[in-house]
Amino acid sequence: MTNKNNKMQQWQNPLIYLLAFSSGFCIMGIELLGGRILAPFFGSSVHIWGSIITVFMLSLSFGYLAGGKLSTKAASLNRYGLIFICAGIAILPVAFSSQWLMEAIFLAIEDTRYGSLLASMALFFIPTVILGMISPYSVRLLVTDKNKSGQVAGFLYFVSTLGSALGTIITSFYLVLLFEVNDIIMVFSATLFLLGVCAMLFNRLNQQKSIKDNKNSNHQGVIHE
Amino acid sequence: MNKLTLWLAILSAVLLNALSSTANANTIHSERSLYRNILVEENNGLRCLKFNVKSTKTQQSCMLVNQPQQLVFNYTKMLFSSLLLNPNPERILIIGLGGGSMSNALHEIFPSANITNVEIDPAVIKVARSYFDFIENQQVTSIVQDGRIFVKRATIKKQQYDWIILDAFNGDYIPEHLMTQEFLQETKQLLSTNGVLAANTFSVSDLYHYESATYKSVFGDFFNVKRKSSSNRIILASNQPLPEAKIITERAQFLSEKLLPYNVNIKEISRQITSTAIIQDWPSETRLLTDQYSPANLLNLK
Repeated sequence: MTNKNNKMQQWQNPLIYLLAFSSGFCIMGIELLGGRILAPFFGSSVHIWGSIITVFMLSLSFGYLAGGKLSTKAASLNRYGLIFICAGIAILPVAFSSQWLMEAIFLAIEDTRYGSLLASMALFFIPTVILGMISPYSVRLLVTDKNKSGQVAGFLYFVSTLGSALGTIITSFYLVLLFEVNDIIMVFSATLFLLGVCAMLFNRLNQQKSIKDNKNSNHQGVIHE
Repeated sequence: MNKLTLWLAILSAVLLNALSSTANANTIHSERSLYRNILVEENNGLRCLKFNVKSTKTQQSCMLVNQPQQLVFNYTKMLFSSLLLNPNPERILIIGLGGGSMSNALHEIFPSANITNVEIDPAVIKVARSYFDFIENQQVTSIVQDGRIFVKRATIKKQQYDWIILDAFNGDYIPEHLMTQEFLQETKQLLSTNGVLAANTFSVSDLYHYESATYKSVFGDFFNVKRKSSSNRIILASNQPLPEAKIITERAQFLSEKLLPYNVNIKEISRQITSTAIIQDWPSETRLLTDQYSPANLLNLK
């Protein structure tokens, strides 16, 4: 029975890596589409990228901070899944509210530098903070042995940054040629949401299993005594 | 010994070649701006503005130093076909300055017209002033701004133009937000009742179909101005129904003398016009370019 439980348990880490990979993929995919989303209102000058990259770096840094802090209290795969679900929801305004938001900012601010900075802030700050929380939280869930913590963190960054690289190239080379910007954003959102749900379901199944197994092993223990 | 003479021969050939090419085309100015490399070259009295690389493909604007009035490029001349739709433009908007030769020519032909030049790169405006005699005065102004933003702000101010010239595309890079349905709708709002939009674009890649379909979705049928030998095409679009062939011939007759000093043969150009109402040379189910879908540079590779 404990054997079966291990079988289930051994999939937890690959699942976490898969989720981290996907979040890396989505972050850079969204960042790249940011340029396209802002262009109709703020142009495509170099300062547009300045605004976008600044906001993404800033919100990731806050996200790392928040994710690390959150992982100190009752860290669980359940909460990890919740972060993904929140991220999936927080991305949706990028697709649905960007037009009126950018229009309002366009009317209020004449200088496209500050206009684009404020617009990227309004659209991308919250989802990217949430996505930033994922890396430190993953480390918390993955590390069991202090000696291997560096190795685990290294492999996690490898996986999530590889996801970022692929998210960048696939979005810019192929996805924009096939789909509308909003469709791509919605797929990112749905992916994050569903992965979050998967993590929570996995967690629930795992717990049920281990409770059952515990009961069984207790019984066995009683008999042996 | 034989080898040595061979090497000497090769070396001298290379040197001679290098010398002669520098003698032919003198780079009189080069700088790296925020957006591109800018080169000004002069060759046998022909001064050209080039972006990025030293090739003829990227020539933006040329001027004959001794006859600055004459227009050199065929596509600039073809832009004058707009006058066959609206012969007397009073308010002219030019998006994409280049050397400013179009602005200069139009200022001479229509001295009372207000000409607004919009250029994203301040370095291009400086070069146009210093090397291409770009004229600015009360009538002619230049603004450093992204074309899309200028147009958006102008629609809010309810400005109107009789002639909008969109010349912001070069062979290397297309500003994708200047080719979408939404942009064209905004531009359409800026056109006065008889206003004409003239866009200088290309006709060689897959992008041609997408661009055509997008223009048609906004303006209905439009005019294509194309020469068989060149890869440029001019799109002429307007809020009014397109004029009939008879009116075009009459107007060409009327304009022909006025435009001759600029080396523009408007009668010949008038024969290069085709209406998309007669020849629609793209598949009718072609996808439109929108702010949501505008991979213009990728489509231009095909």
